[in-house]
Amino acid sequence: MTADPILSVEDVVLGYGSLEVVSGVSLAVGRAELVGLVGGNGSGKSTILRAVSGMITPWRGRIVFDGEPMTAARPHQMARRGLAHVPMGRQLFPNLTVRENLLLGAWLPAARAARDAALARVEALFPELARRAGARAGTLSGGQQQMVAIARALMLGPKLMIMDEPSLGLSPLLVKEVMAAIRRVAETGMPILLVEQNVKQVLAVSHRTYVLENGRLVLDGPSQELAGHPMIRKAYLGL
Amino acid sequence: MTDWVILLQNLANGVLMGGVYALVGVGLTLVFGVMRTINFAHGDFVVLGMYAAVLFNALLGFDPYLSLVIAVPVGFLTGMLVERLVLARIVDAPPESALLATLGISLIIGNAILLTVGGEPRSVQVAYASTTISIGGVHVSMVLLVAGAATVAAIAGLYALLHRTEIGRAIRATAENRLGAELVGIDTRAIHAIVFGLGTMLAVVAGVTLIPLLFATPTNMGAVFTLKAFVVTVLGGLGSVGAAIAGGIVLGVVEVLGASYLASEYREAYGLAAFLLILLFRPEGLFGRTVKRV
Repeated sequence: MTADPILSVEDVVLGYGSLEVVSGVSLAVGRAELVGLVGGNGSGKSTILRAVSGMITPWRGRIVFDGEPMTAARPHQMARRGLAHVPMGRQLFPNLTVRENLLLGAWLPAARAARDAALARVEALFPELARRAGARAGTLSGGQQQMVAIARALMLGPKLMIMDEPSLGLSPLLVKEVMAAIRRVAETGMPILLVEQNVKQVLAVSHRTYVLENGRLVLDGPSQELAGHPMIRKAYLGL
Repeated sequence: MTDWVILLQNLANGVLMGGVYALVGVGLTLVFGVMRTINFAHGDFVVLGMYAAVLFNALLGFDPYLSLVIAVPVGFLTGMLVERLVLARIVDAPPESALLATLGISLIIGNAILLTVGGEPRSVQVAYASTTISIGGVHVSMVLLVAGAATVAAIAGLYALLHRTEIGRAIRATAENRLGAELVGIDTRAIHAIVFGLGTMLAVVAGVTLIPLLFATPTNMGAVFTLKAFVVTVLGGLGSVGAAIAGGIVLGVVEVLGASYLASEYREAYGLAAFLLILLFRPEGLFGRTVKRV
């Protein structure tokens, strides 16, 4: 596996109320790795991300981020430690402009110091967002809004990005665009944990992939190998 | 005096009075916009501001506006404290919990004043109480002009805070999307405390500007101001500073014109009639807009 990972989830058990959703999952993300976490509806993948960013606390097991175990952190504290979460449903500021959304991504004092440089870098990565800088974020198309969400997370200057179903609700063409954008971000050396239902796309862009079923890992390995695995071909790729 | 001079004079009075109403409404709309809590104690904080001015005048001989030096920070801290001690504890409870909690705070404030100060109406006489300024035959009272200036300063200050400072950007982000704000590193619980502090502070400032114009009474007056704040925000359209200003001015002008041309004892009723008419024909408010959410 990975030595000195940016994130390691160690035998974590998670749930809501009395319902156990994740039953002992371990995974790790290396410092320049694009790692996929795939599985069907209700497999527990979003729940794992919510625990990583401090929205919920694990019942058992631990999560280590950047060498330090996290203890009942809240989301804004995890952002302070360098974790950028691109959440499900994007969670933009719809009545603020695209530019304001991006600048808010660097709201924390540490990020604010490098804000202009970060903005230049992010707008070079997403030229379309520079063109739509003055538009209200809520008026953009779904694909563009997803780009804003990714760009806003990048503005933090994070040590790790976690993305929750960025392709959700997008047309196949836009899914390709968003995945290409994620690959561009990963090529800058940014570690990413990408949660998706769209297995085919994840296997195409990621280095390694974990497959989750009913709260348990059933398969993991290099994405190229998994793409040829009989179980994946049968269950997820319909081949 | 000719008819049009009287009309102009009424309009001037209505606009200036409306400015103070706007100030009352802005605090309510700010708290609602960020916290999604309707603060039933808002009017009682206005009354608290009036009594603060009475107190500082009686003890120290302060002009009401001088008492702002103390009332503004104390109002802000009181609001933050109320949020921390009461509202923060029920932030994840159903919305009616916050509603009932603020209603309880309203009762506590009103009755605490009644117990300590007593029920008799109080006011502060200022040296310039009967001074008027004449512009082209239109006489405007100095007290109203000063109140209008104070309102403009307070609202301009709030606008600058929201749009020109980092904490203001964090407040607007939290109002737009709380989870999104938390994920970029904003401590939204701290923002809630700050916003409730600001709302309370604005109510207190409004109370201080009103004391040379109105007599303060402990218990019913808070509810009257809360109602006015509702009318202002709904007239304009809930959730923005600009809409609250417009709503306040509409309310002030309607009240003054009604009192002057119809019957003055129904002054409060004209504002409520306008409120009902607008709810009937433009439920989103005069200047409200329906916004597409992401």
